[in-house]
Amino acid sequence: MGDLFDGYALGAAWDEVFGRDGQPHPECGPLHAALQEMSAEELTSRSTALTRAFRDQGVTFSLSGEERTFPLDLVPRVVTHEQWVDVEKGVQQRVKALEAFLADVYGEQQAVKEGIVPRRVVVSSSAHCTPAHGVEPPNGVRVHVSGVDLIRDEEGRFRVLEDNLRTPSGISYVVENRRAMARVFPELFATHRVRPVADYPSRLLNALRAAAPHGITDPTVVVLTPGVFNSAYFEHSLLARLMGVELVEGRDLLCRDGVIWMRTTAGEQRVDVVYRRIDDDFLDPLHFRPDSMVGCPGILNAARAGNVTIANAVGNGVADDKLIYTYVPDLIRYYLGEEPVLLNVETHRLDDLDQRAWVLDHLDELVLKPVDGSGGKGLVIGPQASDEDLHELSLAILRDPRAWIAQRVVQISTSPTSVGDRLAPRHVDLRPFAVNDGEHIWVVPGGLTRVALPEGSLVVNSSQGGGSKDTWVLAGEEGPAEGDPEEPVLRPAAPGEHKLDRGPWQDQQQQQQQELSC
Amino acid sequence: MLSRVAESLYWIGRYVERAEDTSRLLDVHVHTLIEDPWVDEHIASRDVLSVMGVPLPDGRLDARRTTDRLAFDREDTSSIVGALSAARENARGVREALSSELWEALNATYHALPAQQAAAERHGPGGFFRYVRERAAFIGGLLDGTMPRDDGWRFLVLGRSLERVDMTARLLWARGQQRGASSGWIGLLKSCSAHEAYLRTYRTAVEPEKVVEFLVLDRLFPRSVYAALAQAETCLMELDPTAGRVGVDDMARRLLGRARTDLEFRVSSDLLRELPFLLDMLQTTCAEVGSAVAGRYFHHTAALAWTAER
Repeated sequence: MGDLFDGYALGAAWDEVFGRDGQPHPECGPLHAALQEMSAEELTSRSTALTRAFRDQGVTFSLSGEERTFPLDLVPRVVTHEQWVDVEKGVQQRVKALEAFLADVYGEQQAVKEGIVPRRVVVSSSAHCTPAHGVEPPNGVRVHVSGVDLIRDEEGRFRVLEDNLRTPSGISYVVENRRAMARVFPELFATHRVRPVADYPSRLLNALRAAAPHGITDPTVVVLTPGVFNSAYFEHSLLARLMGVELVEGRDLLCRDGVIWMRTTAGEQRVDVVYRRIDDDFLDPLHFRPDSMVGCPGILNAARAGNVTIANAVGNGVADDKLIYTYVPDLIRYYLGEEPVLLNVETHRLDDLDQRAWVLDHLDELVLKPVDGSGGKGLVIGPQASDEDLHELSLAILRDPRAWIAQRVVQISTSPTSVGDRLAPRHVDLRPFAVNDGEHIWVVPGGLTRVALPEGSLVVNSSQGGGSKDTWVLAGEEGPAEGDPEEPVLRPAAPGEHKLDRGPWQDQQQQQQQELSC
Repeated sequence: MLSRVAESLYWIGRYVERAEDTSRLLDVHVHTLIEDPWVDEHIASRDVLSVMGVPLPDGRLDARRTTDRLAFDREDTSSIVGALSAARENARGVREALSSELWEALNATYHALPAQQAAAERHGPGGFFRYVRERAAFIGGLLDGTMPRDDGWRFLVLGRSLERVDMTARLLWARGQQRGASSGWIGLLKSCSAHEAYLRTYRTAVEPEKVVEFLVLDRLFPRSVYAALAQAETCLMELDPTAGRVGVDDMARRLLGRARTDLEFRVSSDLLRELPFLLDMLQTTCAEVGSAVAGRYFHHTAALAWTAER
């Protein structure tokens, strides 16, 4: 092994680059070879250039009021074409089933009646949203954008860790990471054929336009942000910029007679589709938190009247609740009649008496997660917790068993990550993003690979000291599946048909030089 | 002003614009090869070279050879380094006609080229392209902020505008030849720094007809063919405010005016179909305007040759 890989210790987890025998996986061969030729100084200098570029472009998130760059690790994560086919299928399948479930929950409730999911589980979800009953999405889509968090287990199989159907964030880093990698590390790309991710904004715009209320042929789409102090503000502005739509705050909107308008210099302009990056709780003070300053009062009624489409739909949280997560394989079988392509992580439901008793006995071997937490908030990893924490945890569970699930501690896969002047294994996950336009669920070929930077840490989240990696999905043999090959518009030009005007300077310079030598 | 000075200013305008546009073109080219796994590197590189009117070398082409030729060839003003060197050389001869800040900007840009080129060898050409664009913007800003709006300024801007028409036509030409999905049209917009402006204008996905319409006809975007033609025409008009009551006797202005009105009253739905003829017309116009301007203002004399007394 070369310098950078010195002391690279393989653990119990699957490694993204090395097999158990210490040799790189075939798809990582070229990457491994390229990294071996590199010195630590070179890696550091590129890494510095990268951080500076991110800071200059304002590719940042704010954490407790401080503006930070999301550290991008220079070693990309490689996913083969064959592996990706499964991920893509699995994510599409899952989104399809969850769409069906949401339509069911806010409709006939067949799955509840047939006992696939107990009624108490649905109605006790804190994200279950009564006003969402009666909102009919125009093209049947509630989950316009989703992010399904995946991990790789000890055998290298992808498993689903959680679903995000509300306002999943991180796609801006997917787009920007690729742009930055292509600038800072162009030669790495030469040995691979990596599928592009830059399509995302145009796909999203298409899906949002397709979701417009009936009868609107040229809809006005806006992105609704809580404002510049939101941690994901950079992402909101990037998406608005790349879609060419207005980025609005709650105070830019008003609702009159059940229609949403935005205040512009040319008067009020009607808004048809709102891609909102504000949680349900803050979206509409008339229905949810009355103290919300960032929402738009009346927007939910406008949506119920069919005058505006809110994307993602209100009340989606009921389907990405972590207790519902345990029912998703059954939901896939029920709605689609298919076997799940992607497995869940083994999970225990604590509302079941026997399971709860067993879990309480084995707290120090399990991961306990609050069902409505995101971003690793409130999560307890048994083997790493103190006795005191575990005691408190057991009390919390007894107080409200519905609020927790327990999972096996999965040694999630590791990937070489620069730490100091070496590469060391760090745990990674993967969040692929899916866009549903009502006819097709498109999964970005890539996604956000997040890295837990502290040694041994299993929590990969930007708010918990995480970084990210560029995710390279390798192209298959055939060309792009989507998009028809287009005929060239012009006949090929004869080379040199129009030469650039070279200007008089060269002749003059020669003459003047001759004069000098006289 | 002296014809010689006017000519140098005109060429400074052209060379700086050429360097900037070429760096955008190459940046997008290199980036496309990295980002789109299905592009054939040889064919894409051949298209870029041929559209710049550069004779094709033998053998297989790649991004490296294309960059070496179009960015780093010192001997030829069709490359970035060649164009910036020529701009600086012209400026050296007319220092008194430039603001000292503008001269210094051109000179410093030139002197930093070897170091920038060396950095490109180590870290890839992205930083080099960025440097060129930043310096071009800097020079443009000084031109705007430190030069009086006299005839000298007009010759500089005239050169810049003509070069812009020519380069935008070439970029359109390059795209028109390629097969492939919409990513190529996005690349075209990016090489004109027009992607975001396009999105905000049309608020819909990138479509070939609209891209062509935007880059050729848009009245407000400063890099559109129309805007550049109109700018060049204004410069010529101000250079010769004594135009007669009947007709326009300035050949260059007549050519520009015809091309501009041709665009102005075109139906945009036919644009894509007519594009080959249009681009041909534009490039011919650029060449003819170039010689008409030279013929009218730059007055070349045959080099004097002394002969011995008989």
